[in-house]
Amino acid sequence: MIIGGGAAGLRAAIAAAELNPKLDIAIVSKVYPMRSHTVSAEGGMAAVLRTDYDNFDLHAYDTIKGSDFLADQDTVEFFVREAPKEAVRLEHWGCPFSRDPDGRISVRAFGGMSVKRTLFATDKIGFHLLHSLFQTSLKFENIRRYDEWFATSILVENGRVDGVTAIDMRSGDLVSFLAKAVVIATGGCGRIYQFTTNGWIKTGDGMALAYRAGVPLKDMEMVQYHPTLLPNTGILITEAARGEGGHLLNKDGERFLKRYVPNKMELGPRDILSRAEMTEIKEGRGFEGPYGSYVHLDLTHLGEETIEAKLPFVKELAEKYLGIDPAHEMIPVRPGQHYMMGGVHTDIHGYTGLPGLYAAGEVACISMNGANRLGSNSLTECLVFGAEAGIGAAQYATKQAALSFGNPVQGLALEEEKRIYDKVLKPEQGEKISTIRTEMQKAMEEHVGIYRDENNLKQACRLIGDLKKRMKNAVVEDKDRVYNTDLVSALELDFMLDVAETIPYAALARKESRGAHSRTDYPKRDDDQFLKHLVVYQTGTVPRIETMPVTITRWKPEARVY
Amino acid sequence: MSQDIATIRVTRYRPEKDGKPFFQEYKVPYRKDMVVLDALNYIKANLDGTLTYRWSCRMGVCGSCGANVDGVPKLTCASFLHEFKGRTIKVEPLPHFPVIKDLVINMDDFMHKLVEIKPWIIRDKESPPEDGEYRQSAEELERYGQFSSCINCMLCYSACPVYGLNEKFLGPAATALAYRYIEDSRDQGKAVRFPIVHEIEGVWECTLVGECSVVCPKGVDPMLAIQKTKILGATNALKSLVMPRGGGK
Repeated sequence: MIIGGGAAGLRAAIAAAELNPKLDIAIVSKVYPMRSHTVSAEGGMAAVLRTDYDNFDLHAYDTIKGSDFLADQDTVEFFVREAPKEAVRLEHWGCPFSRDPDGRISVRAFGGMSVKRTLFATDKIGFHLLHSLFQTSLKFENIRRYDEWFATSILVENGRVDGVTAIDMRSGDLVSFLAKAVVIATGGCGRIYQFTTNGWIKTGDGMALAYRAGVPLKDMEMVQYHPTLLPNTGILITEAARGEGGHLLNKDGERFLKRYVPNKMELGPRDILSRAEMTEIKEGRGFEGPYGSYVHLDLTHLGEETIEAKLPFVKELAEKYLGIDPAHEMIPVRPGQHYMMGGVHTDIHGYTGLPGLYAAGEVACISMNGANRLGSNSLTECLVFGAEAGIGAAQYATKQAALSFGNPVQGLALEEEKRIYDKVLKPEQGEKISTIRTEMQKAMEEHVGIYRDENNLKQACRLIGDLKKRMKNAVVEDKDRVYNTDLVSALELDFMLDVAETIPYAALARKESRGAHSRTDYPKRDDDQFLKHLVVYQTGTVPRIETMPVTITRWKPEARVY
Repeated sequence: MSQDIATIRVTRYRPEKDGKPFFQEYKVPYRKDMVVLDALNYIKANLDGTLTYRWSCRMGVCGSCGANVDGVPKLTCASFLHEFKGRTIKVEPLPHFPVIKDLVINMDDFMHKLVEIKPWIIRDKESPPEDGEYRQSAEELERYGQFSSCINCMLCYSACPVYGLNEKFLGPAATALAYRYIEDSRDQGKAVRFPIVHEIEGVWECTLVGECSVVCPKGVDPMLAIQKTKILGATNALKSLVMPRGGGK
């Protein structure tokens, strides 16, 4: 059973179906798969296809340096070797990649990548990748879909996974599935923040599902802020806009990145660019607007033709949502939450350590992104490790004996039914879900943002802890069973609060600055103490933090200068 | 930024309570850059938690948030409130679909049709990934490119008068996607797909109203796909008459 129908989930399903056509594979997704947030990815996917000037070691080094040396290097090496195969498979499955005159897939420059290795389909790679995978998945008769089913818990018995409970949104019924193996592929949790590129559905469900099942979350303090969001909506303007030659300007019209990443300029990594924008704004060189401070993204010198051919979605978004023609006017941008490097701890094969449970994609922390992910690595990650987790789960399931729905699984399912219908849905009086959600988002935005310090992080721990208590007395206004989005929102918020809490706790424990994690009270990287992963376990009270070693193979940590 | 008040009339239908749908009116303060979806979200968060609709990306690409806005099928995330200044904005579920609740439609029919047209690359023989990508020229990409931009938002089915009368009609999005694969230079499945799009309720039902292409938020022209499929079909049929031993492509 696969929870989530985005890039990682679909790739896992296809891999499992190809490995063993006799397996009964289910995809449980709270939205129709083609609505998954993969759809919003714009710039491209990285893979070494141009071996005349590129190689695996270079891709690995870029990724590891980008991660500020927190990535597990064995994972990265596996990733870069698998990446081209996955890219070609996707092409064979119909993805309409943009092409060079000789018919090969085109490549473009991307932040932190030392050569052009990002494959693209104009600026809609996520959309095309998702639809290509989804449509390809339809040819496998042993992939059964449960569209608009919301997974609420993982059933664990005798230290192994036995199944999943999920709400069929159309009927409102809670159903227990027996499953020999489960792959979690639900994506990130951007909606715990106020200002995010993430869609409404990105509520960290899978992180909470695994966390509640006893699996730790890893590197949760590593939150990626993307440097170019539209200030009013949080809509993402792709890094490809800079890859194609766009400039970031302050209010003096200056390409300010020369003071931060002089050798890379606009193609520096996201963490450094986001901080550079914040510094410009703090020092009075930003613009002030109705939605706060911002800087300019200038594409005017690219010309109408390039924008039309390479960045049509940027043009569409700027025109529609800002009334701006990017060929002639500057696009206002500011940094905001975009991606979680952290997530469900897994090994290099996507295995969580709980027998039968796997995870892949943004929900997982397979440790290939470390403290900062490079743009265009994540879609490839979904394919490489989605396949790996799908194969792992399929092999495991093939070896297991048939399951039966007896005690204590039945007992767990009944408990879950009580939790949802009696404790969450039933209460007639209480606080509005939207109030608690807004306060959580505000707390994360204000206290666990780009720059962090002990006081703010402690404040966030307190605020989220209080909100968790208040959540117990929240009220679901809609009492119907059929398609109850109010109930689903309450369950999502309950998930989000668990996940959100781990971030300030982990951020407090990491008393250094590394990658996206920037502590004003500990501004330097400290390899002696913190060249390690932080893993967070759920307890009855506050989260418990342990450490795990980082795997170094061939690249010794060095100063991260661009 | 200055705020105005929008009056929104939304179709409510709760199958467990209501025999039939009714309108409910809400007042929503808005700014110039707010869309109908923002108004629905405002209502859900502040006025009425029971209002039910689908949405996710808020950037016109996930395809979830379609509704009939002021009588026209639109993505609510791309319909600006200020365009309706001074008028009540009517928001109804997309027409031609059964309604599950409020604005949430049942799109099972499309999901079945999508599988029917076999929307995947069909090859006589798969080549291994080690052999590299299939080459495709910019011109070859151009031939199917726009038809691969369908986000499955269902606006075209809501606008199509033929689908409104005959739900068996394959309809705009599914035909555009079938044509997308037929025209893809990497695909070798024409022979399998042709009978599907050309059967009784396939392309020949289309009466060329063209509303599908007008409402498409992604600039896809399903009517063109339908026309081209008809021409391809007619040419193939002719070729098989004149050259019965496989003169056709």
